[in-house]
Amino acid sequence: MNPELRELYQQVILDHYKDPRNYKVMEPHTHHAEGHNPLCGDQVEIFLKVEDNVIKDISFQGNGCAISKSSASLMTAFVKGRTVEDVQKDFDHFHALVMGGEISDEDREQLGKLAVLEGVKEFPMRVKCASLAWHTLIAAIKNEHEKVITE
Amino acid sequence: MSSAKAAGSAPGKEVSTSAFNVHEIRKDFPILHTEVHGKPLVYLDNAASTQKPQCVIDKVAEYYSATNANIHRGVHLLSQKATLEYEGVREKLAAYLNASSSKEIIFTRGTTEAINLVAYSYGRKYIHEGDEIIISYLEHHSNIVPWQMLCEEKKAVLKVIRMDDNGDLDMDHFHSLLSEKTKFISVVHVSNALGTVNPVEEIIRAAKERGIPVLVDGAQSVQHQHIDVRALGCDFFVFSAHKLYAPTGVGVLYGRKELLEKMPPYQGGGDMIASVSFEKTTYNELPYKFEAGTPNIEGVIGLGPALDYIQKLGFDAIQNYENDLLVYTGKILRGTPGVKLLGEPKVRSSVYSFQLEGIHPHDTGTILDLEGVAIRTGHHCAQPVMKRLGVPATARVSISFYNTKEEIDYFALSLQKVFEVFK
Repeated sequence: MNPELRELYQQVILDHYKDPRNYKVMEPHTHHAEGHNPLCGDQVEIFLKVEDNVIKDISFQGNGCAISKSSASLMTAFVKGRTVEDVQKDFDHFHALVMGGEISDEDREQLGKLAVLEGVKEFPMRVKCASLAWHTLIAAIKNEHEKVITE
Repeated sequence: MSSAKAAGSAPGKEVSTSAFNVHEIRKDFPILHTEVHGKPLVYLDNAASTQKPQCVIDKVAEYYSATNANIHRGVHLLSQKATLEYEGVREKLAAYLNASSSKEIIFTRGTTEAINLVAYSYGRKYIHEGDEIIISYLEHHSNIVPWQMLCEEKKAVLKVIRMDDNGDLDMDHFHSLLSEKTKFISVVHVSNALGTVNPVEEIIRAAKERGIPVLVDGAQSVQHQHIDVRALGCDFFVFSAHKLYAPTGVGVLYGRKELLEKMPPYQGGGDMIASVSFEKTTYNELPYKFEAGTPNIEGVIGLGPALDYIQKLGFDAIQNYENDLLVYTGKILRGTPGVKLLGEPKVRSSVYSFQLEGIHPHDTGTILDLEGVAIRTGHHCAQPVMKRLGVPATARVSISFYNTKEEIDYFALSLQKVFEVFK
């Protein structure tokens, strides 16, 4: 198989696509946002429970390709327990990773399992698939005034 | 028209496929001999845009090397030559479409602008509060949004012809929508998402009985069948040159002169005026009234040899060949386990939409691309169709007369690679 292809569709990615983690609607939650890529029709919804600036819990739902779904799944597993400030930095590093931008070894290491998505950088048309969940997460975090849904 | 269920052309119109030498034809298209990702290109995204024959590429290069000047302006020789060539294509198109005059041929930026022109100009003058406009479920966004914008502005009502599970329009529903309130009908000839060939003749006949103008969106039909606008009887017919083997950036609006004459200009500017003063401007006559500013001269001039090329091949031969290839593609797709076809229209042209079980179309598209196979994936700018079929996106393969059965076989083999990755 084409090595670029193997790099893009690594086993971890296929595993998270077929069996996405934290894939549910979370009630109650403190933050929520919907992301949509109008170009391809991919949709993702992020639910957060933020306490004392820490992401206590996170879940997602949506419709998308293997890259977008596995990226969302990996992201939820990764950010649980991290602070809001951490997550903003994580996003910057992740973005650099999938865009083929500058990233220090230390930052790459910090991203852990997320590094499996690095193969996306060879596919410029697919970068948006990998980053949709992250953009939505950031939007959810910023949406501080959203009412807490408890019912 | 190509029909998957009625293979071959109409009786008495038998054309031997051997007369159609696809390998010779492929020599005319330089891009078909290139590689992508180190694999020979298999271009199956013809509904998005067609490739260009050498004669079109040469014509554009020749225009810039020997003729380039603005049209309808200078007295100098180059301007005269450019004007003659540009207007020559308008004449050629009028004959090609069997319009009654070249004044009925308006050049736009594309199908989208042609529809917007009609919605803006005809619509804003003749559509009023409470009037109804009919479109269909199978429309491309470009034949939905301009009418929605018009309806919103005029407080008019948009009515949509329903579609069944096979991707065919519900014609009983269409007839039931017609009323005294119906003031315009705009329908797609061939669906870009499913390949459905709509019964536009029936729609036009019913509309004519009531004196309702009809626009036919021919973006996906003009490259696959001979279009005779007077035989068809539509009031407007629109398409894009780049889907007809010609350069991008050029659209064609055919409009019946009687209607075009009573329509106000679309955009103001140079070329569309007869005289301008600060007190009053008088507009130029048809077709210039609708062509403000310097047009895409190179693109229009490049359309000339594309029309010649297609006419030389002939639509009998093109349809016969494409139909055969379409039936073959359908057999391959239906015979591949894990492939789900979307839409089984009664009459189909050039397109199959499908999904691979458990695999998102974008992943299919990326993996095929690495095999050299170019297909379209996504919602095809037809989100209502996707919603109706209950899918967010599809993979779409669309053929042209320069594609071969060998390419379809290779495409089928590449589908196995997709399954392999997701195994």
